[in-house]
Amino acid sequence: MSTDASAAAVHAPEEGAHGEDENYLNHETGLWSWLTTRDHKRIGIMYCLSLAVVFFAAGMLAMAIRAELIAPGQTVMDADTYNQVFTMHGIMMVFLFLVPSIPAILGNFVLPLQIGAKDVAFPRLNLASWYVYMAGAIMTIVALVTGGVDTGWTFYTPYSSSTGGGILWMTAAIFVAGFASIFTGINFIVTIHKMRAPGMTWNRLPLFIWGLYATSIVQVLATPVIGITMLLLILEQSLGIGIFDPALGGDPILFQHFFWFYSHPAVYIMILPAFGILSELIATFSRQRIFGYRAIALSSVAISLLGFMVWGHHMFVSGQSAVSSIIFSLITYLIGIPSGIKVFNWVATMYKGSIWLQTPMLYALSFLFLFTIGGFTGIMVGVLAVDVHLHDTYYVVAHFHYVMMGGSVMALLGGMHYWWPKMTGKMYNETLGKIAVALIFIGFNLTFFTQFILGAQGMPRRYYDYVEKYAPLHELSTYGSWVLGLGLFLVLGYAIHSLYWGKKAPANPWAAATLEWTNVAALPDPHNFLRTPLVTRGPYDFHLADEVFGGGDGVGDGRAATAGTLEAPKPAPSAPEPQESH
Amino acid sequence: MATDTATAPATTETDHDHPAHLEHHFVSTEQQFDSAKLGMWLFLITEILLFAGMFVAYAVYRQWHPEAFLEASVTLDQFLGTVNTIVLLTSSLTVALSIHYIQKDEQSKSFWSLIATLALAGVFLVIKYFEYTAKFEHGIYPGALFDPHGAKYEPLANIPYVAQFFSIYFVMTGIHGVHVVVGMGIIAWIASRVYRGHFGSDYFTHVELTGLYWHLVDIIWIFLYPMLYLV
Repeated sequence: MSTDASAAAVHAPEEGAHGEDENYLNHETGLWSWLTTRDHKRIGIMYCLSLAVVFFAAGMLAMAIRAELIAPGQTVMDADTYNQVFTMHGIMMVFLFLVPSIPAILGNFVLPLQIGAKDVAFPRLNLASWYVYMAGAIMTIVALVTGGVDTGWTFYTPYSSSTGGGILWMTAAIFVAGFASIFTGINFIVTIHKMRAPGMTWNRLPLFIWGLYATSIVQVLATPVIGITMLLLILEQSLGIGIFDPALGGDPILFQHFFWFYSHPAVYIMILPAFGILSELIATFSRQRIFGYRAIALSSVAISLLGFMVWGHHMFVSGQSAVSSIIFSLITYLIGIPSGIKVFNWVATMYKGSIWLQTPMLYALSFLFLFTIGGFTGIMVGVLAVDVHLHDTYYVVAHFHYVMMGGSVMALLGGMHYWWPKMTGKMYNETLGKIAVALIFIGFNLTFFTQFILGAQGMPRRYYDYVEKYAPLHELSTYGSWVLGLGLFLVLGYAIHSLYWGKKAPANPWAAATLEWTNVAALPDPHNFLRTPLVTRGPYDFHLADEVFGGGDGVGDGRAATAGTLEAPKPAPSAPEPQESH
Repeated sequence: MATDTATAPATTETDHDHPAHLEHHFVSTEQQFDSAKLGMWLFLITEILLFAGMFVAYAVYRQWHPEAFLEASVTLDQFLGTVNTIVLLTSSLTVALSIHYIQKDEQSKSFWSLIATLALAGVFLVIKYFEYTAKFEHGIYPGALFDPHGAKYEPLANIPYVAQFFSIYFVMTGIHGVHVVVGMGIIAWIASRVYRGHFGSDYFTHVELTGLYWHLVDIIWIFLYPMLYLV
C-alpha cells in the first residue's frame, strides 16, 4: 500500500461533462452569493468559519482560566472576572460550539454527498438555521458586554434568577440558538428518510449518516425543552413568576430536572456524530469492512434513546429521592453497553486490516484512547457512593473534557482533516498534521489527566483559589494547556497555508469507498452529482469496490491496475436520469 | 445486488414538463410533498415538547398546592372558556375543509374556508382579551405584580401559592396565544396564495401543512381548557 497521498491520486470521476473547473466554490462569487446561498456545502463552510471564531474565543477563555490557576491566589484576574470567564467558556463551548459543531459543519457538507442527494430536503431552512445561529451568537456578545453572567454554564436557580442583567441576554441567546439546532435536526431526519439515492438502503448508509440520524433525533426531542426552560427562567427574572424560585413557591430542583433533561442528551448531540466520523475513519484507513455494521448503527440509536433517561445522574447530591437516584444510576450503566459495542467493533475492524496511519487515522486512534478513559470515568461518577465524593470536583471536569474534547473535538479534527481535500480541493501538510496530533494528544493528557488526580484529592471545580497542596498539579495542567494550544494553532496555521499553497487534491485521496469520494469531483459540483448514482454495495465493501482499487471491472477500459498503485475510481453507475432541465 | 430501489426515479419520467413548484433538488412532486409533511410532523413534535415543559410544571405545582389551584381555578370564566373551546374546534373543521376543497380543485371554497378559520381565530383572541382584562382589573397579574382585590378575588389574597396558578395560567395561555397569532399570519398568507390560484389538486402542500399546524394549536388548547378551567 502506498503511503503517500499523491500516489493514491485519482482522476475527477465525471470530468468533462461540465466545464472542468466549475465547482461549488467558483460557480458564483461575491459575499452576497454566500449570504444567500442554499447550497448545503456553502452553508457548511459558513458554519465552519463561524464556529472557528467561537472555538478560538472560547479556547482563549480556557487559556485564561488555566493561566489564573497556575498558582494559588490572584495571578492574572480578580475572582469576579474569573467567574465570568469560566462561565462564558462553558456556555460558548457547549451551546455555541460543540452542539452545532459536527452536524452543522461536516453534517451539512457531507450528508447529501454521502447519500447521493443534490441537497438537504429544506435548503432554505438550512440557511435560516445559520442566520438564527448568528443571531444567537450576537446576543451572546451582548450578554458579554452587559456583564454579570457568572452562574456557570448550568444557570442553576435561584442564583440565576437574581444575578446580573447579562443572564437575560444569555438565556435568550440559548433559546434562539436552540432553533438553529432544531432546524438542522429536522432537515437531517427528513433528508435521510426521503432523499437517498436509488440503492442507498438503510443498511448501506455510511455510519456517519447513522450517527447524524441519531443526533438529529436528540436535537428534535431535547432542544425544545431547554427552550421552554430558558423562557421560563427569563419570565421568572423579568416578571417574577414562581416556577423555579423557592421564595415565590417554585422549586430549584425542577430547574435542574428541566436543564438536564436537555443538557444530558445534548452530550449525545456532541458525541454521536463523533462516533459516526470515527466509523468512517477506522474503516477507510484500515481498508477493511467495518466489523458489526448493524451493531454500530443501532447502538447509536440506542444511545440516543437511553440518553433521555439518565439526566438525574447529574443530581445525585441535589436531594432528589433515593429511588430515582438508584434508577438513574442503573440506566447510566446501561449506556456503557452500546458505547462499549462501538469501541470493540472499531478495534475489531482494525484487526488484520491494512492500517494507513495518516493524520485522520491518528485522530481516530487518539479518540479511541481518550474516549475510553472519558467513558470509564463517566461510569465511575455514575456510581452513587463514589459520586458523593467526586461530585463538583475536578474529576468531573476532567471526565467531561475527556469525552467532549478528547471525544467530540478529536473526531471533529479527524473529520476535518479527512474531508478537507473535498471541502477545499487542497491537501494539508501531512508531516505538520502528524506533529500537531502529537502535540494535541500530549497537551490534552497533560492538561486533563492531572485534573483527575486533583479531583480525586478533593479539589472542587469552579474555585478561584486553592490550597498549597494542589499547586504542583495545577501548574502542570497549565503547562499542558500551552502544549495543547500550540498544537491547535499549528493546525490553524497549516490549514490556512494549505488553502493558498497546498497541493491540489485528487478526487479520492484516501481511496475511500463512500459516494462523496467515488462519485464526486475533487471539488464538488454545485449540484454534487452530475448524474444520480445507483448504489449497488455497502459503504465499506472495499472487496466489491473495484472502482476504487481496480480489478475485474477496470481492466477493460485501459486503466488496468499496476501492482501496488491505487487505481483511478470508476464512479458507481448512474441511475436513470429524470427528464429535467435546470 | 442491483437494488430494490433502483426503479424509484422511473416514476419521475412521467413529469416531463417539470411542474414549476418542483424544486431542483427533488426528483418528484411526491418526494417533495412527503418530505415537507415529514418535516412538519417533526416540527409539531418539537412544539409538543415545548409545551410539555409547562405541563410538567403545572403537574408538579398542582400536586404540591391542590387547594390553591382549586380556589384560583374557579375564578376563571368557565363560560368564556367553553365558548372559546367550541370556537377553536370549529376552526379546526374549517381548516380541514380548506384542505378537502383544494384537493378537489375548488379554490374558491378553500379560500373561504381559510377566511372562516381566520375569523374564528380572531374571535378566540377577542374573547381571550376580555378574559385577560377582566383579570387585570382585579389585580390578577402573573408573578410579582399579583395583587387580588374586588368581589370574588378578595379571598385569594389569603391563600398561599395562588399567584403561582395564575403565573402558569398566563404563561401557558399566553404562549398558546402567540401560536394563535402566528397561525393567523400563516393562514392569511396561505389564503392569499389560494386566492391567487397557486394551489390545486396537484399541489397543495402549504395548505395541508397549515392545517397540521392549526390542529396542533387546537389540540394544545384541548388540554389547556380542562386543566385550567375545570380543575
